[in-house]
Amino acid sequence: MIVQDSMWPVAGSPYLLDVNDLVVHFRTGRQRPWSKPSFVHAVDGVSFRVRRGTTFGIVGESGSGKSTTAQAILRLVPVTSGQIVFRGEDVMPLTGEPLRQVRRHLQIVFQDPFSALDPRRRAGDQVREPLDLLQIGTPSERDARVLQLLAEVGLPPEAADLFPHQFSGGQRQRLCIARALAPEPELIVCDEAVSALDVAIQAQILNLLKKLQRERGLTYIFISHDLGVIQHFCDEIAVMYLGKIAEQAPASVLFTEPRHPYTWSLVAAAVPPGPLRDELKARYLVKGDPPSPVDPPPGCRFAQRCPFAVDRCREESPYLDAIGAEHFVACHRKDEIPPPEFAVSQG
Amino acid sequence: MAPVLRVDDLSVSMTSRTGELVPVLENLSFTVDKGRTIALVGESGCGKSMTALAIMRLLPDGFVITGGRVLLDDEDVLTARPRRLRALRGNAMSMVFQEPMTALNPLYSVGDQIAEVLRYHRRLGRADAAEQAVGFLKAVQIPAAEQRAQAYPHQLSGGMRQRVMIAMALACRPKLLIADEPTTALDVTVQAQIFDLLAQLQDETETAIVLITHDLGAVAELADDVAVLYAGRCIETGPAQQLVDRPRHPYTSGLLACVPHLSVGTARPEQWVDLGEIPGMVPSLGARGPDCAFLARCANAGAICRSRPQPPLHDITAGHAVSCWRVAEIAA
Repeated sequence: MIVQDSMWPVAGSPYLLDVNDLVVHFRTGRQRPWSKPSFVHAVDGVSFRVRRGTTFGIVGESGSGKSTTAQAILRLVPVTSGQIVFRGEDVMPLTGEPLRQVRRHLQIVFQDPFSALDPRRRAGDQVREPLDLLQIGTPSERDARVLQLLAEVGLPPEAADLFPHQFSGGQRQRLCIARALAPEPELIVCDEAVSALDVAIQAQILNLLKKLQRERGLTYIFISHDLGVIQHFCDEIAVMYLGKIAEQAPASVLFTEPRHPYTWSLVAAAVPPGPLRDELKARYLVKGDPPSPVDPPPGCRFAQRCPFAVDRCREESPYLDAIGAEHFVACHRKDEIPPPEFAVSQG
Repeated sequence: MAPVLRVDDLSVSMTSRTGELVPVLENLSFTVDKGRTIALVGESGCGKSMTALAIMRLLPDGFVITGGRVLLDDEDVLTARPRRLRALRGNAMSMVFQEPMTALNPLYSVGDQIAEVLRYHRRLGRADAAEQAVGFLKAVQIPAAEQRAQAYPHQLSGGMRQRVMIAMALACRPKLLIADEPTTALDVTVQAQIFDLLAQLQDETETAIVLITHDLGAVAELADDVAVLYAGRCIETGPAQQLVDRPRHPYTSGLLACVPHLSVGTARPEQWVDLGEIPGMVPSLGARGPDCAFLARCANAGAICRSRPQPPLHDITAGHAVSCWRVAEIAA
């Protein structure tokens, strides 16, 4: 399953986070009272490493396990097995106060800024809450810090006294970002943080996140289903499908020479309209919906929808193999099927 | 040939708590011909969905149509009596909503829900309607349609549900289909399939489509024409490809610039380039004066924009109209 040599990030290591063979299964109901319980294989053996100061993107459709991966990193869901090493420390055995101290450096911004804020508390109090909980600074320092944070995310000081319903969606997301920044984290997980926003507001928030990264050397894990956003925002990208990584590569490589049929399909669906799109869609866009992650069949997870699947794909699960510098693909037929030609119709 | 849908000077207002009328849509006009698609584009709060609901006469309480006409094949929908409206909706004009889960009835099988349309409008018997419903499920490319017809909405995936909605909307071969962000709630690969399906069904049925979307980049594929709405007013309208390639209103170009489009085959620039940004946000209802509604967010605003009310749409080329004082000065 793991092809990367597991180098533990230590101080001075370029890696801030090392996720090793992460598995998250959720138990669901039984088909019949006497049958064995079913499991949702939300995340099924995912490994990756995130470099300090970079943005690691995870892209996939619903049910691919991208949000569960994010939540598992923050230990917000029970992890079935695997190892998460953050700042050189294995966070899996931690509970209580030590876990809280780790989360100080590990924050998250959720998709829906409407449900991520308490409707009955003032904005300033909510941004201040992490400082109070973690006992950072004196109370008066915290007040000053709140105003400073609001200014950094582009909100006026008066915003501190308002309630969430008095803000627009974009402003609420700015509040969520301010709250995530409050304890000065090193890593922020953005779980579809711009998906619920209007396109014009989405651009504002993306620019803000990038500015904060430049100023503070932040590391992001950026989760999205929008390939265009992922390409522009991320340095390295993992494509997930039904709980597994199908392909992982630096952004410049993934969109010039993708090697997994699922990546091709995603690209075909996201390329702007034109002759290239028609050509790619006709050849690579898969039919149907992603299957259910409950008790998935053996073999490659994508085999059911893959136009190139052979018997072996349906029987044997492929490993995530390295095929180039930091380029990993999980496909049995990666050497047999020619990758799409993007250049020919580009003009 | 008369257009299937002609919207003339449509204005909609909301009754505020103090009883005043607050304009929501102002003097909106457009037409759609048989077999053609117009896309209404804009941010949320710009009046896209309100236009759809006004055409269908489904406006929520507190919203009133204060002027204009909506002609469906030369018949004024706005003055139609309730009985006539019921005969039109689902039959001559129908709608696909954004969220298929809330638009379908969870207590009836999807086959029954499609059959209901046929039984009501076509007066078909139970067995005939059920049989035809299966046929429509096949037409929207649902595998194992006979079994799926027995399924309830919760047993289907989001993409399948939206296919069911489309089957239901097209069951009576309507002249007009209004699709309100039909793919927003769906996965990307499924979105592409639904757009293909709509285009293919339109080829077969020659239905006129009003497509509501916030993604201006994506409309070039399905739409023939585009109307860009801002704060309840149409600020630019024209042929889809021309509008995407050569937008003339600063808001339209802003909308295009702020979406990061996937580019393949070429390496991305090493340095982050900030996305085009439209500062601020859409003015709220009631905060809209006679001035150009985009004034506060516009980088190109000049003295002329502040001294005069918003200009009416004027043609710059045949069929391409813009509402901007400085359109001639701002380089295209």
